Amino acid sequence: MAAMTREETEALIQEVLEVYPEKAKNDRAKHLAVNDQSLEKANKCITSNRKSLPGVMTIRGCAYAGSKGVVWGPIKDMIHISHGPVGCGQYSRAGRRNYYVGTTGVNTFGTMNFTSDFQEKDIVFGGDKKLAKLIDEIEVLFPLNKGISIQSECPIGLIGDDIEAVAKVKKKEHGKTIVPVRCEGFRGVSQSLGHHIANDAIRDWVLENRDGDESFPTTPYDVAVIGDYNIGGDAWSSRTLLEEMGLRVVAQWSGDGTIAEIEKTPKVKLNLIHCYRSMNYIARHMEEKYSIPWIEYNFFGPTKIAESLRRIASHFDETIQAGAERVIERYKIEYEAVIAKYKPRLQGKRVMLYVGGLRPRHVIGAYEDLGMEVVGTGYEFAHNDDYDRTIKEMGNATLLYDDVTGYEFEEFVKKVQPDLVGSGIKEKYIFQKMGVPFRQMHSWDYSGPYHGYDGFAIFARDMDMTINNPCWKNFKAPWKTEAASDAVKAVA
Amino acid sequence: MPSVMLRKREDGKLLFYVAKKDLEETIESMEFDTPDKWGGEVVLGDGSRYYFEPTSPPPKIPTTLQAKRL
Repeated sequence: MAAMTREETEALIQEVLEVYPEKAKNDRAKHLAVNDQSLEKANKCITSNRKSLPGVMTIRGCAYAGSKGVVWGPIKDMIHISHGPVGCGQYSRAGRRNYYVGTTGVNTFGTMNFTSDFQEKDIVFGGDKKLAKLIDEIEVLFPLNKGISIQSECPIGLIGDDIEAVAKVKKKEHGKTIVPVRCEGFRGVSQSLGHHIANDAIRDWVLENRDGDESFPTTPYDVAVIGDYNIGGDAWSSRTLLEEMGLRVVAQWSGDGTIAEIEKTPKVKLNLIHCYRSMNYIARHMEEKYSIPWIEYNFFGPTKIAESLRRIASHFDETIQAGAERVIERYKIEYEAVIAKYKPRLQGKRVMLYVGGLRPRHVIGAYEDLGMEVVGTGYEFAHNDDYDRTIKEMGNATLLYDDVTGYEFEEFVKKVQPDLVGSGIKEKYIFQKMGVPFRQMHSWDYSGPYHGYDGFAIFARDMDMTINNPCWKNFKAPWKTEAASDAVKAVA
Repeated sequence: MPSVMLRKREDGKLLFYVAKKDLEETIESMEFDTPDKWGGEVVLGDGSRYYFEPTSPPPKIPTTLQAKRL
């Protein structure tokens, strides 16, 4: 199917909106747009970060998911208590594949679930005593933990428990960092507020722990990788590139990260932000308080990697700049071989994306390196500033959808007929049953890493494996295919 | 009175950021921008206007300041 014109895309949006009642239609119309590269600001064409309409199938998560699942969860040597009923922690446990090194249950706790398992009596009489007891038990059972964070679930805010008081008392008693996080799920419109709350909690309870302590030896080449959650090993394949070009990665936020690294981050020279949406708050804070500049970078696909490496290097002296060129040169043979192998198989294939807050724009470059085209993209929980950054990345007259509903997404895919859909697990099986190849782009469909040059090879292989899978040809029963009907005619 | 984070963009322009409003705009013009007086009325890229209490000497950027919406 040829690329759609602006009019066709607009007509498609109108057609999809047709089924809604008047009020819902008006509301949803603001969240769907046709991309126009000439615009400087996204707020002219799309509205984002608004409450989802009741009654539609939204794909968003909650503030607890943003704080515990995204920002705090991957910090491996801390214990993150899911404070409240048991389900929130249990059903989100270890689902994000934030890889880490360590012995789980001894000195690292990433894939474990700690919960206060609220019962009726805790709701009625309050759960502070239980929380205090829980922290004491953790100290006995897991003495090698380096800190505890208390991730509030909805009831904590509703019954008005004072987790800050408990945290302060226990912090004194045990001499460890104990962080109360007010990330009750009902706050905000999506997980995005959870990221912000988590960032603020780090700012208030962790970041200044080593202020005035100069015992950590620094170098002029210290950087921190912020907003890389090491999904399938992403942060590792990014870190090697940075180290190869001569930088010293002091901290990883927060994939495979530790609390010590986070406390040392104010000593670095430059903060590198991968996931802008979830971590820009803390980067802005550090810029203000510790005058550490920050830049956004993108490690998906060789074009963007080279661009990012050069931009990172431009903040340092010639040795690093030469290092960046050396790294790009060194991996050239590797990534050119990947492109030579997969580009002929993937050339011209069209992709629709719908992911969280960063990848809908970050992976576009990687697809383009493989000769593919992104014809539609959208975010679950992005804000205006994310769409500002998206407009330039996307082609003209492509579809943009914010907080797309289940119905809209299905209809768009039916009409646009992409060769690949990249979205979350909840969408996967719908599209696969419709016969559309699908990759789960939240945690790389149990694959990865996708960051860096090493990740690009895996990314290309995965896309090829999915799109060119022979199963898609066998979707129709043999007697219903055109070849069969010809044969039947011939016999008749 | 939103609290505004001010930072310098790579091209030297001031960025005006209000987290609570998702507002990230460049400052197009500022009433007083001299070494001994800084602030007053500012006009943003989208045309909206805010007011900073004039200060002297100018604040160290990046910083967070209170602005009044006009």
